[in-house]
Amino acid sequence: MDILYLLVPLSVVLVLLIGALFWWSLSSGQFDDVEEAGRRILEDDD
Amino acid sequence: MSEPAATVAPDGACAPAAPTPATEVVLAVEGIHCASCVQLIEMQVAAVPGVAAVDVGLASHRARVRFDPARADLAGITAAIARVGYRAWPVLAAGASRERARARRMALWRLFVAGFSMMQVMMYATPAYLAIEGEMEADIAKLLNIASFVLTVPVIFYSAAPLFANAWRDLRLRRVGMDVPASLGLLVTFLASAWNTFVDSGPVYYDSVAMFVFFLLGARHLEQAARERSGAAVEELARLQPARANLLPDWPRSMRAHEVAAADLAPGDRVLVRAGEAVPADGRVCEGRSLNDEALISGESRPAAKAPGSAVTGGAVNLVAPLVVEVGAAAADSRLAQVVRLVDAAANAKPHWTLVADRYAARFLWAILALALAAAAGWSLADPARALPAAVAILIVTCPCALSLAAPLAFSAAIGNLATRGMLTVRGHALEALAGATHMVFDKTGTLTTGRMRVAGVDCAPGAGEAYLLALAARLESVAVHPVAQAIAMAAAPHAQLAQHHAIAQAREVPGAGVEAHVDGVPYRVGSPAFVAQLAGPAPAALLRHGGSRTLAAVGSAAGWLGVIGLEDGVRPGARALVAALDAAGVAVSLASGDRAPAVAAAAQTLGVEQAQAGMSPDAKRAYVASLQAAGASVAMVGDGVNDAPVLALAQVSIAIGSGAPLAQTRADMVLMSGAPADLAHAVDTARRTVRVVRQNIAWAALYNLIAIPLAASGAMTPWMAGLGMAASSLIVVANSLRLMPSRRARGPAAAAPSAALPAAA
Repeated sequence: MDILYLLVPLSVVLVLLIGALFWWSLSSGQFDDVEEAGRRILEDDD
Repeated sequence: MSEPAATVAPDGACAPAAPTPATEVVLAVEGIHCASCVQLIEMQVAAVPGVAAVDVGLASHRARVRFDPARADLAGITAAIARVGYRAWPVLAAGASRERARARRMALWRLFVAGFSMMQVMMYATPAYLAIEGEMEADIAKLLNIASFVLTVPVIFYSAAPLFANAWRDLRLRRVGMDVPASLGLLVTFLASAWNTFVDSGPVYYDSVAMFVFFLLGARHLEQAARERSGAAVEELARLQPARANLLPDWPRSMRAHEVAAADLAPGDRVLVRAGEAVPADGRVCEGRSLNDEALISGESRPAAKAPGSAVTGGAVNLVAPLVVEVGAAAADSRLAQVVRLVDAAANAKPHWTLVADRYAARFLWAILALALAAAAGWSLADPARALPAAVAILIVTCPCALSLAAPLAFSAAIGNLATRGMLTVRGHALEALAGATHMVFDKTGTLTTGRMRVAGVDCAPGAGEAYLLALAARLESVAVHPVAQAIAMAAAPHAQLAQHHAIAQAREVPGAGVEAHVDGVPYRVGSPAFVAQLAGPAPAALLRHGGSRTLAAVGSAAGWLGVIGLEDGVRPGARALVAALDAAGVAVSLASGDRAPAVAAAAQTLGVEQAQAGMSPDAKRAYVASLQAAGASVAMVGDGVNDAPVLALAQVSIAIGSGAPLAQTRADMVLMSGAPADLAHAVDTARRTVRVVRQNIAWAALYNLIAIPLAASGAMTPWMAGLGMAASSLIVVANSLRLMPSRRARGPAAAAPSAALPAAA
């Protein structure tokens, strides 16, 4: 059971890491317009 | 019609009157969650010297402020709002959308932190739920508690921060807002858990804390999205007005254009509108032919043909070819700007239901706090271990949000829905009154008929064809300009080649009778049957059988009768269906017209209206409406919105139909810009559905609280159940209100098919 002393803190660290990852994706604007990317495939303006 | 401008109705809705010297701004306000916030902001802003009127919408999160620019300024107003803890910025300012995107990101991030922490804290809590007493080692339990604590701290101090900020603001202002009980519950639970983790040992509720914050933020996030969707109709209108325009300073000598701000255009300026661009201001076409899509402004889905001399409306999209337009009115006075102002005013107007909910929300919150305290005291005598969960459950489970959202969200969704179809709800009570209307009185036959003659049928003598007869009559009538001639010309347009081979000479018009001309040397007459009979002899009876209800144009030569064209006042497309639909909906339809009796009777007959009163003066109309009301009827008056103001004011709700009347002068509670009768039926239907949805919402919110509070007080409900129930109850209200939104498929410019642009002949 001693392994829990490592695993539980590790899971906390993991949560914080994933949080940071989401923060990056959010701040780079990936969720600002979730429909645009789908529409862009259908447009042929190039 | 020289009414004093800018009156403020007693219910706080600004009358859409002509602009006064005062300036009006629309501010987006962040942080409004409850009805008391609205009252607070209104009070604060109204206290700023120079502010004439202020109106804050709970559903729209917008404040409309009218102020005297000489005595107040925007900075002072936003500062006043900031003093009570809200953030405000002008809606149409450049930074507004960036500001909104930033707020959205922040909200999403807070939601994510709460959600992810919640998931992980649940994991740590599971062993404690599953383990049998004494099975888990004390230091493992402590380790899990500390881990939960570490992950709950960001939930409390970051995700729930806006909650605490709102509650703190309310307390500082010595009042109880929506967030006070929830914040209190959260804080007490968290502190008790922390105490039990580090100092004492006992039960911890980190999972409940994280879950509650996640649910609450989730519900608010969805609610915000719903609000944005229901406000989108107005936004869409506002966005129609382009920010830039291509000014042609040297037109017609040179087509050199340079870009200016659309707001700077002055009447008389010439601008170039390329295909695909929006028209920057109201005006008149100087050069070019094109089609304009005015669907969002007039509700008319068919593109309108434009040629030199045609009027164009700011915000319309020029579809086919470039146009040179002479600006007729500055951007702020354009029809579009007026429309946006009207819709915005309506979105902020407070219907009766909202006011009722507001009144009870504040008392309700006090009652909740007292109840939680009583439950805590009661349980601490009976079973101290359950005192805290019971009190917290009461604080969290009660949902005044659902109660206060019940009406405004439904109304704003319905108003948005109507606005996308060119129906403006100007006053807040209009939908309620329309839903309850038992009688609909049409102020003019013109609201149901086009006022133009059209060919209703052709009766031919043996040997003549209908199309040929029309073509011939049209050629003969080409010298005349009266409505009958125009109607025949319209109907004959597709067959014109059938009479092309005739040589027509000596055409002359006999006023009040018809036209006489020589066709291939033979005298022909078109006109009233008596006029033709002088030339062609007595008419065969079969040809005159429609003489009662139609105006007849006979065609004949010295050789005999060729046929008779029957004309009638054109009924607007959909008018008959409207009357039938209203009948089916239990609304009695009547006409109260100032027109001559025969015209009114004919219109009433074609439409299937049983009660028609002709030749009525405004006073008679008033008396008529009053007598209906005395008999217990709730009257909706449909007219042009400008004339007969006393009658409009007397009726429970007044509706202006048709796009003829200037919007700024309208005295009606609703404006149907397209003038299509079918829209009126849609409006009645939407109004009824809205009131139904509001009733459902309020009933649901009341029922929920009635059931949940005793459960929580009895200790049967744990805090996590309370959190779930609270979020679910507001989401149900939001989802129910969103049913009033137009379906996505029914909207959008795709509905306008350019091929349908030509008016159908006869």
